[in-house]
Amino acid sequence: MWLREVKRFTRSKSRIFGSLGQPILFLVALGYGLGPVFAKAGQGNYLDFIAPGIIGMSIIFSAIFNGMQVIWDRQFGFLKETMVAPVSRLSIMFGRTIGGATVASFQGVLVLILATVAGFRPESWLGILPAIVVMLLIALVFSALGIMVASLLKDMQGFQLIMNFLVMPLFFLSGALFPLSGVLLIVASFDPLSYGVDALRYFLIGTSTFSLTLDISVLVGVSAVLLALGSYFFSKIEM
Amino acid sequence: MANIIEVKDLNKTFGDFVAVKDVTFSVPEGGIFAFLGPNGAGKSTTIKMLTTLLHPTSGTMKINGYDPMTQSDLVRKSFGIVFQDPSLDEDLTALENLELHGALYSVPKDVLKKRIDELLALVELADRKNDFVRDFSGGMKRRLEIARGLLHHPKIIFLDEPTLGLDPQTRNHLWGHVQKLNADEGITVFFTTHYMEEADRIAKNIAIIDHGVIIAQGSGAELQKQTATTSLEEAFLKLTGNVIREESANSGDHLRQARRMWGGGRR
Repeated sequence: MWLREVKRFTRSKSRIFGSLGQPILFLVALGYGLGPVFAKAGQGNYLDFIAPGIIGMSIIFSAIFNGMQVIWDRQFGFLKETMVAPVSRLSIMFGRTIGGATVASFQGVLVLILATVAGFRPESWLGILPAIVVMLLIALVFSALGIMVASLLKDMQGFQLIMNFLVMPLFFLSGALFPLSGVLLIVASFDPLSYGVDALRYFLIGTSTFSLTLDISVLVGVSAVLLALGSYFFSKIEM
Repeated sequence: MANIIEVKDLNKTFGDFVAVKDVTFSVPEGGIFAFLGPNGAGKSTTIKMLTTLLHPTSGTMKINGYDPMTQSDLVRKSFGIVFQDPSLDEDLTALENLELHGALYSVPKDVLKKRIDELLALVELADRKNDFVRDFSGGMKRRLEIARGLLHHPKIIFLDEPTLGLDPQTRNHLWGHVQKLNADEGITVFFTTHYMEEADRIAKNIAIIDHGVIIAQGSGAELQKQTATTSLEEAFLKLTGNVIREESANSGDHLRQARRMWGGGRR
C-alpha cells in the first residue's frame, strides 16, 4: 500500500509541479512583499520567518488531500479491492497513512529547496535533518486526519467543505504567516500544525514560541490519537 | 453435490427502506447461478453482504462453509469478485495491479509470477501487461479484473453486472472465459444481471429478484414452466410487471457522471 502511494505521486508530474505553485507564490509574494513591513516592525527577515510556515502549508494540504482520495477510491475503485481482501483494515489504513505521509514530507522537502533558492537561509545546516523528521511527524498527523475524515464522508461534496472550514483555518491560525501573541496564541495552541511549524522554526531558524519538548510531544501524541481514531473509522466503512 | 453458498432468510434494511427481504437460496459447488432482476431490486446489496462488504440486518449465510460475519478473512480467501464499477488502480500498470492483489492475498511469490502470466494469457492481455490501466477500454478493464479475481485461485467468482456497458463481442468473449473456467476448473460462478438472455444462456439456475424479494427460482426451463410462458423474457416480465422503475440518483450515480465528464482524472 505504501509503495502504491509513492508510485502514484512520483508518476504524476503535473501534481508535483502543481502542488509547488502555491508555496512558491506565497514565499515570493509574501516574503518579498511583506518583507519590508516585517523588518520595519523589528521582527527580522520575513522570508526566513515564513519559510517553515510555508513548508508546513504544503505538508498539511498534501497530507489531507491524500487522505481524501479515500473517498474517491471508495465508490470508484480501488478501495473495494482492499476491503474485500483478507487483510486487516488496520494494515490497509497504516499503509495508506504512511504512504501519504512520505509523499507529503517529500513535498515539504521540495518546498524547502525552493525556499533556499528564493533566498531563505537556515540558521544552521545541521538543523535540516531534524527538520525533516518534524516534517514526517506533521505529515503523519494530517495524513491520519485526512483518512479519518474521508472515512466519515460518502462523496466528494464534503471535500470542499473540509478544505475551507477545516484545513484553511488550521493553516492560517498556526502562526505560519505571522508571529503569535495574545488571543491568537491561545487559539493556535489548539492547532496541531502550530506545534509543527514551531518545531520547524526551531530547527531551521532557531526561534520558537513554544518549547521544543512541547512541540514534539503534541505532534507525537496527536498522531497516535488520530491513527487510532482513523483506523477505527476506517474499519467501520461500509460499502 | 454440496452447496458452496447457502443463504437463509437474509434481510437488509437501510432506515425505512427494505433492500433485501427474507432471501433464501443456495448454490451447488461448480454451479453457475444468476440473480436476475431490474435495477434497484437488491442484487448488488445481496452480493455485498455475501462478500463481507455489508452487514445484514438479519439472516444467515455460509460461503464455502464459513460465515462472512464471523470468519470474514476465510470467506474472502474463498472468492474473487468483479465489481460493477472498475476497482482497478488506474495509475498503475496491469502487471502492478495484479502484483498488488497477489500481495493482499498472500499469494507466494514463486507461484504468483506463473499465475499472472497464465491469467493474462487467458484474458488475452499478455501484451498489455506493462501499460497503464487508465489507457484500457472498458472491456479490457473488465477482463483484467477477471484475471485479478482469479489470481488467488478462489473457489467462487462473483460477478456484479459484468457485461454492463460492453459491446456484444466483448460480452461473448467474457462469458466464454467464464464458462471455460467453470467447465475446466469447477469454479462456482455467481452473477447478477438484468439481461434476461444472459441469465438464460449462461446460468444453470436463476433467481428472479424484485423489490428485494426473490419471486421465483429455478432453471430457465423451470421458470418458463412455472409461469406458463415460452421464453424467459416473458416469464420475467410476467413476474415483475411492465412498469418502469422509479429510481433516484445515489452518490454512486453522481460519481459515475462526474467520472464521465472529467474523463477519470483525479487530481
